[in-house]
Amino acid sequence: MSDLPLIQADRAVPPPAATTSKGGRRRRLRLLSRTDRVVITLMVLVPLLLVTGFVWLPAVATVLLSGTNWDGIGPLNEIEFVGARNYSDVVNIYPPFVPAVQHNLLWLAALFVVATPFGMFLAVLLDKELRGSRFYQTALYLPVVLSLALIGFVWQLLYSRDQGLINAVFGSNIDWYGDSNVNIWAVMVASGWRHVGYIMLLYLAGLKGVDPSLREAAAVDGASESRAFFRVVFPVMRPINIIVLVVTVIESLRAFDLVWVVNKGRNGLELISALVTQNVVGEASRIGFGSALATIMLVVSLVFITIYLATVMRENRE
Amino acid sequence: MSRPRSQAEYLARLVPSSVAGINRRSLLAGAAGTGALLGTGLLAGCGDDSGGSDSKDVSLGSNQSDPKPKDVVAKVTDGFKTSSGVQVAVNTVDHNTFQENINNYLQGKPDDVFTWFAGYRMRFFAQKGLAGDISDVWGKLSGYSDAFKKASTGDDGKQYFVPASYYPWAVFYRKSVWQQYGYQQPKTLDEFTTLAGQMKKDGLTPIAFADKDGWPAMGTFDILNLRINGYQFHIDLMAGKEAWTSDKVKKVFDTWARLLPLHQPDSLGRTWQEAAQSLQQKKSGMYLLGLFVGQQFSNEEQSDLDFFTFPEIDPAIGAKALDAPIDGYMMARKPKNEDNARKLLEYLGGKAAADITVKNDPATLVANSGADVSGYTALQKKAAELVGSATEIAQFLDRDTRPDFASTVIIPALQQFIKDPKDIGGLTSSIENQKKSIFTD
Repeated sequence: MSDLPLIQADRAVPPPAATTSKGGRRRRLRLLSRTDRVVITLMVLVPLLLVTGFVWLPAVATVLLSGTNWDGIGPLNEIEFVGARNYSDVVNIYPPFVPAVQHNLLWLAALFVVATPFGMFLAVLLDKELRGSRFYQTALYLPVVLSLALIGFVWQLLYSRDQGLINAVFGSNIDWYGDSNVNIWAVMVASGWRHVGYIMLLYLAGLKGVDPSLREAAAVDGASESRAFFRVVFPVMRPINIIVLVVTVIESLRAFDLVWVVNKGRNGLELISALVTQNVVGEASRIGFGSALATIMLVVSLVFITIYLATVMRENRE
Repeated sequence: MSRPRSQAEYLARLVPSSVAGINRRSLLAGAAGTGALLGTGLLAGCGDDSGGSDSKDVSLGSNQSDPKPKDVVAKVTDGFKTSSGVQVAVNTVDHNTFQENINNYLQGKPDDVFTWFAGYRMRFFAQKGLAGDISDVWGKLSGYSDAFKKASTGDDGKQYFVPASYYPWAVFYRKSVWQQYGYQQPKTLDEFTTLAGQMKKDGLTPIAFADKDGWPAMGTFDILNLRINGYQFHIDLMAGKEAWTSDKVKKVFDTWARLLPLHQPDSLGRTWQEAAQSLQQKKSGMYLLGLFVGQQFSNEEQSDLDFFTFPEIDPAIGAKALDAPIDGYMMARKPKNEDNARKLLEYLGGKAAADITVKNDPATLVANSGADVSGYTALQKKAAELVGSATEIAQFLDRDTRPDFASTVIIPALQQFIKDPKDIGGLTSSIENQKKSIFTD
């Protein structure tokens, strides 16, 4: 066991006074052996390169391309810059854009107000160890295992106007996926179906981790069940709450698969992510225009990322 | 949507990738496919280096990835090998992937000859310098009508395309249903609407209709435009030369708006397969679609299926033009074995290749009129006659215009029109604004 400590005994920590000076800091670095330094350098460099190459460069390239009208053909030096025209086109003459923004916000609101609280509610119920709770747990979590693309297909069997289960059972004639007043809600039910299971599992894990003595203490003090939950258990689960919040925001921003499977994000199911794909992927693509949409989405995401980071950092400081 | 299992279903998918759409799996397959395309290109390059200039091979990039058409391509290339002694390396790529990657494919190291479609999509790549001029091959081909030659010609008047197969769009119906009610084929729009009104009285949905996937409604727009304004206007409109705000286009939408109540309602949530099944189940009276509609009918029902070309609207224009998308082959801009590539294209456009296709694939029409078509079904024969008598053959909206315009502007616009057929003025000016932004070069 004597060789375990990373800081070797013969290079012991210098007296605290020395660390205040510049030289002291340098000496502290030397506390690590050569191998350690190589390992640390690699551990910093490799992810840095990967993040730069696969995240930042494409992001910057997207922003740059958003100022062009490139169609994906021809050498890069022939790309023509059109300034902010793509952005003005997006806002002024591209009919699907405004609905897409609205639907993204609606998506966020629906997950946040309905699906997430419902998932929490189910988690609290399951935490009570009811009879057969394992069965319910599995049943509710099952959709999370499926890809959203598959979920879209499963719900299609229910929603199809002429051949779907819902219309067949109720004798109704509702065009669930085709009527633009209905389909966004229909799709969100399908999306919530999956989201609820996800949140439920996260919360269940959080609830299992709450110290039982806290509840006992609350019960001894005479707090009702719901009061104990909202006043004691819920605040204790703050880390889980933040994760759930972030997961909900991320899920709503990356909502894509489902609407794509249903009708490629058209006719009432416009989402920014679907518009980006419609414009960029394909044989003769509007890469510049699609990049402008992607940049807008990046900016929107950055707002949420900033809020999240600010919250987390403030917490750490406290 | 499931993977297509037949030629007909495959043909139905011949819409731009952006229109046909993709799921996550095909995106991944696309990524893998790009790798494969690059890989095969590199490998072919290596083979060429060692083989020298007098190599006895040629490569063919094929999107015919379904078993039946893939088998036909194999048999046709075998035939070429027998007749010329040149070995053909066929690189088959899933057709969706093939279309999505066509840009990278053609700018990278494409195969000497590759499968593609006639129309603007062919002219687009020809104009971008990504395809080889094969006018000399056309000099040796026979058995093609002028319409086919026109459809193979680029903007510069040279040929870049060899047609292989095609399928016409027409109004399909079940003979038994029409016999039961005593319906007659309409010759004019008035007769058509009268017939549809009668069908409504008889408890049928007059015209089956679906536009969930976005492209089937293009067929309706196309045929109305062809009947009202004629072929040349269709081509000019698709090329961005005509204004969508013109009265001519508005008249198309007006006519469509009048016909819309005769169409199956709630079309935006329905796939063409579901609409075709309503025809098959005798709930609908007729359906304007491509020949591939027959795929939704069992083998016994095939002989009950019949069609007529969409009736005349303007006597001055007539009813002789139609949508009949053509599939075929093109040559890379710098093939590694140019001589062999030309030889292969000549063979692919010839009678022998067409005969092999007819014999092995009963679900397609071959473009070469010299082919022995005694194996055709009655429906196929009639379809071939229809196209043969056509004065002009349009390639379908998304093949006659920029794919990005078709998928990002026209599909949402047509769906908007179906949802709200009243605001034609607002709709056409929105299309025109977007068109001006896209057709910049």
